[in-house]
Amino acid sequence: MSFVLDYYNYWVVVFLMMTGFYIVISANNLVKKIVGLNIFQTSVFMLYITVGKVSGGTAPIVTEGVSLYSNPLPHVLILTAIVVGVATTALGLSLVVRIKRAYGTVEENEFENKDDAI
Amino acid sequence: MLEQHLAILPIILPLIAAPIAFLLGRSSLSWGFSTLISAGAFFSAIQLLVVTLSTGVVSYAVGDWPPPWGIELRADLANAFVLLVVSGISTLVLLFAKESVEKEIDPSLHSHYYTAHLLCLAGLCGILLTGDAFNLFVFLEVSSLSIYTMISLSSDRRCLTAAFRYLIMGTVGATFILIGVGLLYMKTGTLNMLDLAGRIDLYDSSRTINTGLAFIMVGVSIKLALFPLHMWLPAAYTHAPSAVTAFLAATATKVAVYVMIRFIFTIFGTDHVFLEMRMDIPLMVFAVLAIFKCSYMATVQSNVKTVLAYSSIAQIGYMILGVSLVSVAGLMAGIIHIFNHALMKGALFMAVGAVFYRIGSVDVNAFSGLGKHMPLTMAAFTIAGLSIIGVPLTVGFVSKWYLISAALEQNNWLIAALVLIGSLLAVIYIGRILEAAYFKKLPDTVDPNNVKEVSWLMLGPMWVLVLANIYFGVDTSMTTEVASKASQWLFHHENSQASADIINTLVSAKEVAK
Amino acid sequence: MAEFINLALLALLALTALRIIFLKDLFSVVMLFGIYSFLSASIFLNLDAVDVAFTEASVGAGISTVLMLGTLALTGRKEKASKHSSCLPLVVVCVTGAVLIYGTLDMPPFGDPNNPAHQHVAPRYIEESLKEVGLPNMVTSVLASYRGFDTLGEVVVVFAAAIGVLSLLGIRRQKDELVADTGLKEHRVLHVIAKLIIPLIILFALYVQFHGDFGPGGGFQAGVIAAAAFILYTLVFGLKRTFVVVSPKFLAWMASIGVLVYACVGLFSMFKGGQFLDYNQLAADPIAGQHYGIIIIELGVGITVFAAMLSIFYAFESQVERSNVQ
Repeated sequence: MSFVLDYYNYWVVVFLMMTGFYIVISANNLVKKIVGLNIFQTSVFMLYITVGKVSGGTAPIVTEGVSLYSNPLPHVLILTAIVVGVATTALGLSLVVRIKRAYGTVEENEFENKDDAI
Repeated sequence: MLEQHLAILPIILPLIAAPIAFLLGRSSLSWGFSTLISAGAFFSAIQLLVVTLSTGVVSYAVGDWPPPWGIELRADLANAFVLLVVSGISTLVLLFAKESVEKEIDPSLHSHYYTAHLLCLAGLCGILLTGDAFNLFVFLEVSSLSIYTMISLSSDRRCLTAAFRYLIMGTVGATFILIGVGLLYMKTGTLNMLDLAGRIDLYDSSRTINTGLAFIMVGVSIKLALFPLHMWLPAAYTHAPSAVTAFLAATATKVAVYVMIRFIFTIFGTDHVFLEMRMDIPLMVFAVLAIFKCSYMATVQSNVKTVLAYSSIAQIGYMILGVSLVSVAGLMAGIIHIFNHALMKGALFMAVGAVFYRIGSVDVNAFSGLGKHMPLTMAAFTIAGLSIIGVPLTVGFVSKWYLISAALEQNNWLIAALVLIGSLLAVIYIGRILEAAYFKKLPDTVDPNNVKEVSWLMLGPMWVLVLANIYFGVDTSMTTEVASKASQWLFHHENSQASADIINTLVSAKEVAK
Repeated sequence: MAEFINLALLALLALTALRIIFLKDLFSVVMLFGIYSFLSASIFLNLDAVDVAFTEASVGAGISTVLMLGTLALTGRKEKASKHSSCLPLVVVCVTGAVLIYGTLDMPPFGDPNNPAHQHVAPRYIEESLKEVGLPNMVTSVLASYRGFDTLGEVVVVFAAAIGVLSLLGIRRQKDELVADTGLKEHRVLHVIAKLIIPLIILFALYVQFHGDFGPGGGFQAGVIAAAAFILYTLVFGLKRTFVVVSPKFLAWMASIGVLVYACVGLFSMFKGGQFLDYNQLAADPIAGQHYGIIIIELGVGITVFAAMLSIFYAFESQVERSNVQ
């Protein structure tokens, strides 16, 4: 039982990652693919933050009377990764808008038919 | 004073120049400024290679925080060599780009192109020089985002779907690398590459670390377009503007090959990757599949850029084949092919860009009759094409020679034979284009007066690469010396407890000093 | 109690993610994504990651959702049924998931203070950062000083995204006669409340910017919140009015200047004889130098993030208004 308690956090995070990954590879609509990509990335962030948590610790800001802090390094890494994620999302969505204008559709199976496939 | 900062100059020069290039606005100003900065990065790269040839490693602690608490930049022979390639090709492509871009990209977007190019250069140099695994991810994303932007600048609408597909696959790859680095951090507590190397040793076959290795390998394979994760590359290379394709084909995937080499040899170590996890088998299988399937696909395409794109995937297969042989000779063949392939493909794509500039199409039939009307361009294409096939006196021959001798050293006659058969396929796909150029006449639809040579601004960089093809094919001393020293260094300085000891000594020295 | 909250939040997240797979109405998908992001921010808060929760809430539930809605306004609300079989994706996902679960089997237990992740590198940040950098917020010390090069890369990523979006979409300024005054004219309540809230939001953004040394906050969050204020103004009053206040050209300059400010701090350290981004060189007293360095680079970060996010929003919004007019 304690084994499950120790690890269920990781397992749920893995499940969330796979949900996001599934949406990315199986969605037909390009906007939904981007949503899936975001879900995938956010779950990876959760993995890092789960690693950083220290039981009985508190937020890594020096405070009177506190001796145990959670690890600040994963927090720093994820701050960077979140911003990278939103930058990718913005670029991806603008590509989707342009694709809509150029092809008239954002469903993957529809515009593949309009060009010679490479 | 600048010598002290040699390791960081190739990164911060283009990084600072990019916003300035954006603000400069006007196309020719942006162009001139970017070319100067790229040349500056190239000169630093040359200096860095000279220094690493004599001293071995250059280490730079950004912010003066000692690693692993701060971020370290580490230049050794392997990355100094690739840095030379990347910055050199960048400068030549920028020279070529001025006129090519005027034809292919809307004028209001020229400054965006040059800005994106500088950002990509900064990102690639960052990936090459960093000694920190997470910093690698950040610069990987810098270069990737600017590449997606550059691909989508073309006026052909198919570049949009190509860029989007590359964005999705590339981001999945980068996220896999992020997962891998996270798993490694979970088990070792550090992000610095050397420190990771020392600490991974402490955990024999930990499942978490092996999973981390697997995810990093898959993520990097997507970025380097290893078969079967190569699906983004043909469309991206075909529909991007010519100057962008020339730059990408010669640099982006090579940097990813370097990342794979760095993770395998420096961080995890050959024992872990090849003896325990037996990753040499899938790498070898996929490399061989890449060579055959993609050389075959190249022979049936009608668009010359697509032919060259599939050819690139096959050539990457050769590089990974060299790595999967797990020997100093094999790795050396892989590293030398990074350099040689950049010379070959850079010249080829520039020649195709010149043809597009004059003719407006890059179908194989569009090349008809160009042997007579654009002699210098087609001569460049021919020589670079012969280099891809592996004709003696060209760099392509040098790469194939070292690859085959590395295979024979292990009595692996099958691999040696497969490399030779791959060259035969190259004869077919290059030969088709040369046949059209030299043995067919100009199509009636094309006005002969429009079809003349392109200007020296486009021919010059092309011919610099072609002449380099021949020079380094004849006088192989520089490239073979650097590649073999780099290979030996990677094999003998891997994963050593010594590096962890050095860092521990630094830590305790600091404590004593307090 | 904390474990129970954790469990509940994770369960809600899993349900949200599952629902998104099967929904065909993209507007609901985006709204569920906003909820997903907000729940993630709550989990981050529960796991002591206050800075991260702040950023995820503002960036993920804020900016990403706004951009997705802007895209939906242009591409349509419904997803059509896919004719591909979902067999291969399912197999790939199951294999990947199985490999990951296999990897979790000898992971260090959750929350244990003796985990390798908390040894060797992190203790110095926790114990020494107050002495070496002088800030209570350890995350800001690491982000801005120890790992400042990463943050420079991050700012450049934001800048690169802005360049990309501007090159793809551009910000079209309409001729005045063609554009009706857009915005939610009929909704008096929104006008009044927006006018009340927007100055408070901007004030809060400035607070977050400068208070990031002492509590959760910093340049990224501040830039995003400031951009949110102007996004709210645009949604209620229309782009034309917003361009008068903050023009696209001004934003292009600000985005570039932010990156340059950050990089120039590094260059200045080099000229003073130290390494790139060595803040100890910036003043006679190293701790004062650290403070100056961090304030200036956070300003650079805030300026670039604000300008980039707002430019990206302008690009999407001008497309939406253009298609509405037609």
